[in-house]
This record gives sequence, C-alpha cells and structure tokens, in this order.
Amino acid sequence: MRDAETTSPVTTMVATHPRPIWLTAMWVVLPFLVLAAAIWWLVATNPIARFDNGAPPVEALTVERTILDHNGVRLLVRAGGSEAITIAQVQVDAAYWEFVQSPAGPIDRGETAWVSLPFPWVTGEAHTVVFVTRTGAAFEHPIPVAVATPVVTSSNLVAQAILGAFVGILPVAVGLMFYPALRGAGPATMDFLLAMTIGLLGFLIVDTLEDSFEFAAQAAAIFQGQAMVVLTAAASFLLLMAVSRRQGRPSGLALAAYIALGIGLHNLGEGLAIGAAFAAGAAGLGTFLLIGFTLHNITEGIGIAAPILKTRPPLWSFAALTLLAGGPAVAGIWLGSPAYAPQWSALALAIGAGAILQVIIEVGALLARNRGGAAVAISAAPVLAGLAAGVGFMYLTAMLVKI
Amino acid sequence: MSDRQVFDLKRRGLIGAGLLAAGGAALSSRSALGQTAHPAGHGATTTAGDEGAVAPHRVAHGAMITVGDVDDARNGFDPTAMLTDWDTGTLSTLPDGRRLRTFEVTAEDKEIEIAPGVMFPAWTFNGRVPGPALRAIENEQLRIVFRNYGSHPHSMHFHGIHAARMDGVPGAGLIGPGEEFIYEFEAKPFGCHLYHCHALPLARHIHKGMYGLFVVDPDPARHPDFAEVAQSRLLGTPENARWQELAMVMNAFDTTFDGENELYACNTIAHCYAKKPIRIEKQRPVRVYLVNITEFDPINSFHLHANFFDYYDQGTTLTPTLKTVDVIMQCQAQRGILEFTFADHEPGLYMFHAHQSEFTELGWMGMFDVVEAVS
Repeated sequence: MRDAETTSPVTTMVATHPRPIWLTAMWVVLPFLVLAAAIWWLVATNPIARFDNGAPPVEALTVERTILDHNGVRLLVRAGGSEAITIAQVQVDAAYWEFVQSPAGPIDRGETAWVSLPFPWVTGEAHTVVFVTRTGAAFEHPIPVAVATPVVTSSNLVAQAILGAFVGILPVAVGLMFYPALRGAGPATMDFLLAMTIGLLGFLIVDTLEDSFEFAAQAAAIFQGQAMVVLTAAASFLLLMAVSRRQGRPSGLALAAYIALGIGLHNLGEGLAIGAAFAAGAAGLGTFLLIGFTLHNITEGIGIAAPILKTRPPLWSFAALTLLAGGPAVAGIWLGSPAYAPQWSALALAIGAGAILQVIIEVGALLARNRGGAAVAISAAPVLAGLAAGVGFMYLTAMLVKI
Repeated sequence: MSDRQVFDLKRRGLIGAGLLAAGGAALSSRSALGQTAHPAGHGATTTAGDEGAVAPHRVAHGAMITVGDVDDARNGFDPTAMLTDWDTGTLSTLPDGRRLRTFEVTAEDKEIEIAPGVMFPAWTFNGRVPGPALRAIENEQLRIVFRNYGSHPHSMHFHGIHAARMDGVPGAGLIGPGEEFIYEFEAKPFGCHLYHCHALPLARHIHKGMYGLFVVDPDPARHPDFAEVAQSRLLGTPENARWQELAMVMNAFDTTFDGENELYACNTIAHCYAKKPIRIEKQRPVRVYLVNITEFDPINSFHLHANFFDYYDQGTTLTPTLKTVDVIMQCQAQRGILEFTFADHEPGLYMFHAHQSEFTELGWMGMFDVVEAVS
C-alpha cells in the first residue's frame, strides 16, 4: 500500500498541489445541502403519511418541581412525547380544579411550564395531581406527604447550614483531628490507612452513582438520564486526571486536596438528597439520623489525612481541606430544599462520582508506589485489612441513615 | 409575562381558596384569570379585574371546577338545547288505521369535546352523545331506520317490549359498517326507557357514547282512572306544556381506557349546567326524564338541593313509586321520572348532582336557576 502511494504519480500530484479552498468548502457544504433537501422533501411531501394509522400522539409529562405554599400548589412540568402537549384539565384528589398555566398554550417538546392551582392542601397528608391532556391521556403526580416547600429566608439558611455542618463539616474535622495521633504511623499503618481510604471511597462511588441514577430516573426522558450520568462521570474523571497529572502524580497535600474534592462532591450530593427529602416532606429527620450521618462521614477526615501524614502542611490547609470536603453538604441542602429539578442533582452527583474515581486511582497509585507494585500491594495484609475496614465501616454506619 | 408575575397577580384572589376549603364566595373574580390565561376558546369567561362579575358556579363551589368552556358548535350539540330536544320522528298512518312513527338514526364515529379541551374519540348516534331522545306514544307502531356509518358493527337495543329478532343483539339487528336495519315494534310499555348499542364488547360500545333516552308517553284514553296525569305526560298537550320537561342522561368517560372514568357528567359535558345553569320558571312544575348509563361504576345517583321530589321508577306507573325524596340511586340502565316544583321557593341557584362526591367533583354537578315567570 505504501509503495503504491509513494510511486503513484497521481497521488504525488494531488499531494503537491493543494486543493483550492473553494473546492474544500464545496465538499463541506454539499452534505449539508443534501440533508437540507432531504428534510425539505420530507416536510413538503410527507412520505410517511401512510404510517399515520390514526393513533394519538405519544405524550409524556414530567413534573420537575413541586412547590406547596399558602397560595396552593405550583408544579413545574416538562413536556415530552412526539408532539406539543396541551394540558386541558387538572385534577387534585379526583376533583377538577381551576388552574393557571404559565406560559399558556400547548407545551412544546422539551419545554416547561408552571401550573398553579389554588388547592387547599393539608399538611402531612398525601395528595395526587392528575394532568388530563387534550387527547384524554392522564399523567399522575403523587405528593406523598404535603409540607410547605422551604423558602429562602436567612433563618432557614442558618438552620440548614447548621444541619449541613453536622453532616459534612463536623465529621471531616473530627477525622482530621486524628492527624497528630497518626503522624508516627509505621509503613504498615500507613498502608492500612491508605487502603481504608480506598475502601471508603469505593463505598462512596457506589452510593453516589446509585443516587445519581435514582435522580436521573425521575428526570424527563429528553435528558436520557442514564447516559447523562455515565458520560458526565467519565468526563469529570478524565478532566480531573488530566489536571492532576500535569505536574506528575499528585501526592501529599495535592492528593489530600483531590480526596477532599471528591468527598466534597459526594457530600454535595448527600446535601442535595437531604434537601430534596425536606422539600418532598419525606424527612422526619430525627437526631438519631443526624448522628448517623456524622458517624458515617467520620472516616472521610481520616482518609484525607492519610496522604499528608509524612509531610507537614501549614495549619490553614487543614481548615481548607475541611471546608472543601464538608462545606458542599451545606450548599447541597441549600440547593436541594427548594426542590429543584432532578436532572441537576443527577448531574452534580455524576460529577462527584467521576471525582471519586479519580482519587481512588491516585490513592491506589500511591499505595502501589509505597509497596513496590500493585500486585504486591493488593496481597499485603494491612492493605486487605484496610480495604475491608473502609468498606465495612461505611456499610455498617450507612445502616444508621437508611430508612 | 414571567412566572413570578403571573403568580403574584393571582395571589390576591387565591389566598382565600388556598387556605379555606372550596367554600366559595371568598374568591374574587380575579382568579378567573385562570380561564383567560388558558388556551383554546375561553374568551367568553369572566373578565379579569371586573370585581362585580362573579360567574354563578363560582358562588357555589369556588375554584373546584374545570377550566374553560366546551365548543358546542364544533361538537354539533349543545347540552342546554339537549334538555328539551325531543326527537318525535315522523308520523304517518298505517293501512289499518294505526299510527306509525318513523325515526332515522345513524351510527357515526366522531371526536367530541367532553370537558373543556379534552377530546374523546366517541361512537355516536346521530353525531351526538347521548343519542337523540326518542319520544313516542303508547301503542304506536314504531319503525327505526338504523344506518351504520361507523367503523365497527353496531346495533340499537331498546329497553321495551318487542320480538326477539328486533332485540339489537348479535344475530338480531346488529349490523356491520355500511349496513342498514329497520327495527319495528309497538311502543310499550309507556315509561322512561333507553336504548343502547348491544355490540360486543358491550362495555366499550356503551362507554364510547352509544346510548340515548327512549320515552313512551302514556295514552290518556287507556288510563281513564289517571287520565289527567297521563295527559300531563303526553307531549304536545296543553296540560303537558305547563311542565318544564328535561331529558337527562348520567354518563361518564374513561379517557385513558383503563376501566376507570376520568370525567362524569349529566348529558356528556362535565360541569355544563354548573357553568350555564338550567333556567326554571318557579311557577311551572319540573319533570326530569333521568337515565343512568355510566359504565364501570355500579351505580349513579341524583340529589336535588333544598327541595324534594316524587319519583316514578322506570316511569311505567302514573303514581309515584317513591314519594318525597331528595336523592335516588340508579344502577346502569335504570331510569325514572322525577317531578318537583320550586313554586314555594325563593328564586336563586339550586344545585343538583350525583351524591357520590367523586362523581360530583369530576364533573357531574349542575344548577337550576329558579326565576320568577319569564315575561
């Protein structure tokens, strides 16, 4: 083949005389012209009319936000399906109610509209909203427990911040406080701690992906939830890998910062979930549950401390690491409680999953370096014990917070 | 207009309803914005900002109602006109001197609007749901020319006395698309009856809209003991003209075809008589020919507010079968005549509805607008 290329005079001619730019442009434009012509023909002649068997259009309606307040119920709906959807009537608990749709009229594919009803909902009880479209299709939206949607006020923000601090910041800080005690650790303890970090991160990535898919499943079909989560996680992983490897393999404080970032993104997701649970009325969030979250997250601080045991980072860096890992829990609750659309939560969690994968790889690489190879490391007793301890601790403490 | 603005505009009107139950008059007409903001054809509703104008239905049940109005012109039938629209066919005399009454009925597929903005692919008799309210006189010979222009086999099964071959069941007057059949029988017994398609599956053919009233007036000559009562039931007599007679069919629609109804109504259109109350002159007595043809639910009922009525089950007697009641229930195909008067009442809006709250709240409620004699 290569012979043919180098000896063929024709090939040489083409290679040495650059194609005029208009010719290249034409070859770029032509495919688009063909596409445009095909679409024009499709629209103008409607050749698929024969497939029109009289079936009604496929309709899909997803409720993205549910706001309950003293004005009644407000719902943000997103239309899917093959054509624009017209909401003709709205039932609440098997009764038709007047409603206002904004913007009015048919809702185009992928578009959203607010539907407001002056419905006198009852605190703590369940209601069911049914949208009846022009074709008679009915879309049911249950409100399992009606509670007033939290509104953004300074006192609410403070209360939510305290909650977020207990869930995110306090456990990380407590974990980091083991730092002085762990400083004298020998190689075996070091391996154990790093392996434990991998174990807990392993648990977190499963947990994060699970939550992410759960949110994605609630989102409108147009967002293709599952693909969105996987692709976002992959993109986030690759981006963080690329950034972190620009100055060689991260270790020490840099690695601790990446671990803190990954954990922080996970805590953002945890915060979002807690906030969403509040908005949905699902959170009878008792003290017991709160203590559960705190215990569950305590190993995160130890994990962050592990890579910096042999260095002596400045004191402020501990505060920064704590905020980086724990702070997002506060932000998550703030963002989650006004009941934002599930696709945004799914997206945030997917980014977190990618970040966690990145730190698993990096901590694993560090462990392998210390031990002289991944194969040796994986069979070492402290490493196996550490992995088991990390996963086991997370799994057992998760029992406290799963309802 | 942003979401925020719309909601704030609404706010004044909605605070009351948001906290109170559907208790009503607390709502200002501002919340009628709901109707102007909504799509298709609601222009005729209350104008926003006109504090004085409160639609009659709002007084009674606030915001718990369907939004907008149905396009009667597109449907080709108007529920208010339907109340008094009796199909008496064409009359002729047979060689033996008996009266022959001929009706012409066609079956047609038709998409109808059963609640504002909600379309339903109905099967109809004469393009309307319920089908024409056929009315004849006892012992007349009837001839119903039935043509099936629909896409499925259909029939007319009359509740009455007739030969097996005229029964409208498979093998006896059930015809395919494009075919014609003539049902012939004598109009008896007198009473308030119905007809419906008896093609299979029965539930689908009924709930798609194939039913109607079939009223046989008593012949006063045959009931000398109650000639006066019979005379008042006989359409076209001066005694009958004094009465305000109303044809009402209680029906429902399962728009999702899951065996549960999404909308209930009297004469098809959800809330039609709530939005346009039925005008009643208080001095004239009222007679309702009522039939229940609701599919999927075992019973339906009729409750009159602030008044009581006499009830003639199936209408086959000239004396009431129930006296002084304010609620009756009917299983599917059960029917009867209600007689009542508002003569001693003060004018106003008097509600009537099914006394299954679910049916009421899903569309089956209406109002009588009782007024002094119309000049």
